[in-house]
Amino acid sequence: MAGGKEIKSKIGSINNTRKITSAMEKVAVSKMRKAQDRVAATRPYAEGMRKVIGNVANGNLEYRHPYLADREVKRVGYIVISTDRGLCGGLNTNEFKKIAVDLKRWKDQGISAEFAVIGNKATAFFKRFGGKVVAAQAGSGDVPKLANVIGSVQVMLKAFDEGRIDRLFLVYNKFVNTMKQEPVIDQLLPLPKTDLAKREHSWDYIYEPDPQPILDMLLTRYMESQVYQGVVENLASEQAARMVAMKAATDNAGNLMDDLKLVYNKARQAAITQELSEIVAGAAAVG
Amino acid sequence: MAMTVQLDVVSAEEKIFSGLVESVQVTGSEGELGFLPFHAPLLTTLKPGMVRIVKQFGEEHLIYVAGGVIEVQPDAITVLSDVAVRGEDLDEQAALDAQKQAEEAMQHASADFNYAEAAAQLAEAIAQLRIIQKMRKK
Repeated sequence: MAGGKEIKSKIGSINNTRKITSAMEKVAVSKMRKAQDRVAATRPYAEGMRKVIGNVANGNLEYRHPYLADREVKRVGYIVISTDRGLCGGLNTNEFKKIAVDLKRWKDQGISAEFAVIGNKATAFFKRFGGKVVAAQAGSGDVPKLANVIGSVQVMLKAFDEGRIDRLFLVYNKFVNTMKQEPVIDQLLPLPKTDLAKREHSWDYIYEPDPQPILDMLLTRYMESQVYQGVVENLASEQAARMVAMKAATDNAGNLMDDLKLVYNKARQAAITQELSEIVAGAAAVG
Repeated sequence: MAMTVQLDVVSAEEKIFSGLVESVQVTGSEGELGFLPFHAPLLTTLKPGMVRIVKQFGEEHLIYVAGGVIEVQPDAITVLSDVAVRGEDLDEQAALDAQKQAEEAMQHASADFNYAEAAAQLAEAIAQLRIIQKMRKK
């Protein structure tokens, strides 16, 4: 029976792969639910913060914080959030493509860039792609902690304070729904002005006690909350993308197995038929 | 009908309150503050303490916040707190324990003792207990 054994062992190995992918799918489903809850829980704070900061950026404040002032762009900085592990479809690839396009635009204007990366995949990408990486750290697993993102934020804020970068962007995958994740590039610094709450006259806050410490604290908090929100969203996106990718892989493995089973049965039947005809022919020769 | 202003109270973990209110009272870093609708823009930090809200139609709410920032605009007030707990969800026993612990730590101060941290803990516990007592009186 030629080829029968090989086909059988191939079916076995595909079946094993299918078991793994279907297990990964189930794990991703449960992790995605938790990650989704976390996104929903942290969004109000990030949005509230963005609203307040939008008002701050629009006001005519007595203390001009450097984060509010637009300056000529010579270098730009990116905080790139990626996943730690692969097998999540085109999630990281799409994100990196978007960055590459954005970078090319800067490069055409003669502007260079530096990066702070969170997540192993982004670290690996920039190693291949080139580009100055000033801070790299692995992602924080399944439960992101604020403390883990503060390091990268501090590095970039310092670079901005020292004038090494003039703009700071945050790149991550926004979780839209289970089927859709979108890579986005948000400008963090200087604060983008919102169109909301436009007023004719210039106004300023009443501060208690002094403007400087309050604004310093508020703006640092804002950065941290936005980056943290990015990490949380990226995690939910990762699990959703992995779930979809693993479902597709499981389905494919099933189809492949069905096809191979058909080939195997045909081969077996051909062998039996051949054997029978040999026996009959042998008997006829003897008789 | 009394005038109202939109209020949002959010903590890092969840949205605690969102709706129209007649007045808000908070513990600012410089002292107690009260806000009515159409207040001038104001920005200040918060100390551990309570946020007292009078909702539209006069219903009263108490929320505990462990510090944060309040931003006031004529048409909207936003409280961004690090930790916030609704008055009803406060745990009196936990607050009492925390108070006792902090007080003990301050009395038996050792070399590596962080006074500021213990003082902050004590302030938080006392603020929580005050809210619990206030709610009981009602």
